Amino acid sequence: MIFHADTPSWVIAPVVLPLIAGLLCFLCNRRTFVIALAAALANFFVAFLLIYQLLVFGPMRCYIGGWAPPLGITLRTDGPALLMLLMTAVTGLAITLYARGYFSYRISDPVRVGRHQRQQRYFWPLWMLMLAGLNGLFLSGDIFNLYVTLELIGISAASLAALSGKPASQRASFRYLLISLLGSLTYLLGIVFLYRSCGVLDLEMLRNLAANGLGMRAALALLTVGLLLKTALVPLHFWLPPAHANALAPVSVILSALVVKGSFYLLFRFWFELFAPIVSMSALNFMGTLGAIAILWGAIQAMRQHRLKLMIAYSTVSQLGYLFVAFPLSRVAEGAQVWSIVIFMALTHACAKSAMFMAAGSVYLHLGHDRIKDLAGVRASLPITVFAYGIAGVSLMGLPPSGAFIAKWMLLSSSFASSQWWWALVIMAGSLLAMVYVFRVMSQFFVIPEENALKNSTPLSPLLEWPALILALISLFLGLIAPWPLRILSQGSTAFAQIFPGGLP
Amino acid sequence: MNSGQLLLVAILLSSFIPGIIIFCLPEEKHRLRTILNLCGSIAKISLVLLMNAGIYYGYVFEIRIPLIPGVELLLNGDPLSALFATLSSVLWLLTTIYAVGYLEGSPNRSHFFGYFSLCVTVTIGIALAGNLVTFLLFYEMLTLTTYPLVIHRGTEKSLRAGRQYLIYAFSGGAVFLVAVVWLQSVVGPVDFSAAGFSPSYLDTHGTVLALIFGLLIIGVGVKAALVPLHGWLPQAMVAPAPVSALLHAVAVVKAGAFGIIRIVLDVYGAQNLLLLGVLPLLAAIATITILYGSVRALQQDDLKRRLAFSTISQVSYIALGMSMVDQPLAVIGALVHLVHQGLMKITLFFCAGNLAETLGIHRISEMSGVARRMPLTMAAFSVGALGMIGIPPTVGFVSKWYLGLGGLAGGNWWLLLVLGVSSLINAWYFLPILIKAWFGKQQGAWPEEMYIGRFETSLMLLVPPLVTAFIVMAAGLVANAQISPLAWVRFIVRGYTL
Repeated sequence: MIFHADTPSWVIAPVVLPLIAGLLCFLCNRRTFVIALAAALANFFVAFLLIYQLLVFGPMRCYIGGWAPPLGITLRTDGPALLMLLMTAVTGLAITLYARGYFSYRISDPVRVGRHQRQQRYFWPLWMLMLAGLNGLFLSGDIFNLYVTLELIGISAASLAALSGKPASQRASFRYLLISLLGSLTYLLGIVFLYRSCGVLDLEMLRNLAANGLGMRAALALLTVGLLLKTALVPLHFWLPPAHANALAPVSVILSALVVKGSFYLLFRFWFELFAPIVSMSALNFMGTLGAIAILWGAIQAMRQHRLKLMIAYSTVSQLGYLFVAFPLSRVAEGAQVWSIVIFMALTHACAKSAMFMAAGSVYLHLGHDRIKDLAGVRASLPITVFAYGIAGVSLMGLPPSGAFIAKWMLLSSSFASSQWWWALVIMAGSLLAMVYVFRVMSQFFVIPEENALKNSTPLSPLLEWPALILALISLFLGLIAPWPLRILSQGSTAFAQIFPGGLP
Repeated sequence: MNSGQLLLVAILLSSFIPGIIIFCLPEEKHRLRTILNLCGSIAKISLVLLMNAGIYYGYVFEIRIPLIPGVELLLNGDPLSALFATLSSVLWLLTTIYAVGYLEGSPNRSHFFGYFSLCVTVTIGIALAGNLVTFLLFYEMLTLTTYPLVIHRGTEKSLRAGRQYLIYAFSGGAVFLVAVVWLQSVVGPVDFSAAGFSPSYLDTHGTVLALIFGLLIIGVGVKAALVPLHGWLPQAMVAPAPVSALLHAVAVVKAGAFGIIRIVLDVYGAQNLLLLGVLPLLAAIATITILYGSVRALQQDDLKRRLAFSTISQVSYIALGMSMVDQPLAVIGALVHLVHQGLMKITLFFCAGNLAETLGIHRISEMSGVARRMPLTMAAFSVGALGMIGIPPTVGFVSKWYLGLGGLAGGNWWLLLVLGVSSLINAWYFLPILIKAWFGKQQGAWPEEMYIGRFETSLMLLVPPLVTAFIVMAAGLVANAQISPLAWVRFIVRGYTL
């Protein structure tokens, strides 16, 4: 097979490269970081190449081995998929660098070197598997393949969460594994219903066959419940905070920034593409209500936490709610904006939440704990990390010019356009609550302590501080480069062309 | 990119780049930091003056950056933004000099001056904002950049004040965002240069537009400290003196007042507001704020708190003038007060800082006979205080004169009453201070006396208040000259059809 810039075959690279890297990491004992970094870098460049292809040649489909559906496996590219791929590639690269800094720092600690080395040994192959799974999820064009990628993600996520080896994290990750399996099984059951009704698994074919039958409704319900379990929408969020907060810092980043986005992405595609004809307004309203509850409940819980990582984990619960509030607003005049709302929200959250968890991890390494009331004086010793935390917090609050601001602007304007002003109230209340929990920590950073009671004063490596800052800055300035993501999106969904007849800015 | 756009970018960068460099500088590079600050502020003043000349001769300064359909960032230099930009950049230079002297030897100076520069960048951004989205962007940024300054001391008290400041400011910002989006969903994108949307919307959406006007005023009213949204301002007095000076005279409170001017003149437009009939409400709030602030100021013994309540009252003159937007004279009074209040208030805060820094005086009851120890400082203070009362030939008189004329021209006799009562109370809370300081006897030793420099205090602390006090007098004396703030304000008002 020859890889020219214009062949669709590049699309398999994001799946295959990390998979190979994962196997290599597993087999080799040394240089695992170099292998992983090479894969992450390659993934990064391929993501840009695919976007270039999309802009030049439009959406593509690649039939693996030349087998067309319904027999073969399809990979396809379009705007939303590639933006999610890009999000994974960018944060993935930063996570790889951060994890390197993290494990080096831990291993340099003379206590329990063996355990830290073992953690690192398992981390790299699992992380590469996760990357392959996520990329596969975004690119797959076939509903059963998606099940496989979901399983891959679920199993590697649960194993990653268990890496820290502490009893709390093991309990949490075991619960996570069970929930994840339950979600996958429900999803599989949904596929069975779907296959019974339509007889095909390819998304494109299913789309044409979707009709309002009982089987389809059952399939929709089962797929939704399965994916919601994995996305941790309130009230199915109970497993998320302990699993995310007790994991190792790089793992928390992966789980919070990327994994929940994967299942959400799938859910969103199903609701707005596959099942769009049979989704009723009341169902959309129901999802929106759950999202609103999630925003408020997650934020209130985040305000009440005493540990930094738990607070950030609850903030994820809250931020996921915004993605669902977009559902009921999809039917108004500017409804096709719904993809851009979701994408901007997801991209900002991925970058900002990664930066925040990275900063929390660095603070933890530096102080040896993450109790919010004892964080005084960190600003003086870790200025870059604190700055990254602050900027990420600003993005999460949705202040301009972050990407979340663009998303919130669109949410607000569609809620006014359709006179559903209560969503606007929820959105603004969520922002204000986010302000409270972000700055509760921030003000502690600014306290000048009486005596310098730090556990150790080893300087942190730049790998622990700079990836966080760069991701935070990306999330903050995403709003300023909004026309580019919009342009990429407009290549994907046909609905987009209708609202911007005059072309994009 | 044409030269006008380059100039706008350069104006913003002239404080942004020094700010970023200062963040990266090590703490002990004192001299380099000061040089950077001074070069930045002098460059900014020259660039702003250049822009003013361009604006006067009708040159267009405009940058548009589209974000999403219907939302774009727009920087636009018009006469009104020139007024605010000039005020901020000139006072920034003086405050920087003052802050260098004030923070001599205190910790975390690189952070302080970094945020200080960012804060001025953002303030200039507010001045140059050409539509509501851009205004909102810088308005929220202002909260973020001033927060570290407010809690600079890192004590429990300053953190509490900071928390309150954030809650007030971001709640205001949230209300403002909702109002902006709502307004845009009704009338579409509004550029300030349009000076008001088409009156045809009033027939169809009258109630909604009145409601949105209320929300917008609440949004900016938090920073402008309109009663009952003023609670954060007296608390924020725990910040170091240069920060208080900046907050009150240039950045935060002024940004709110400037927002009110923009909303009244450029978003809604005088004609629309008269038709909507919401202006009496604004007038009522402004009057209440003026009187309430003055009365509360009377009760304070802490000098900075008294000044804070005086700010609440004085800034509302601007809102009061804008509520009579159909009277050009009242509008002139309001606009010129934006500058005049800044000059007077910054003088007073500089002097209060000098007293605290040199003698450890924080309370008015400790000020007995202080003018003999620090005559120059107290002379500047007296000029500022007399200006606040409105005694000619200070600039305070000019503002009140035009406000009064505007009220008379519109037949609003009650306005004269408000002005009179408020001036009376101003005199009541400022004159005793002056009498005590000049004619009182020193009682015991000063709380914490320090001898800094050859004069009564260090030269860097002494020169800025003297300069601003001189401007307070001079701009009042030559108010009719070609280059006075008043002349520029007349030039602004000529651009509107009121």
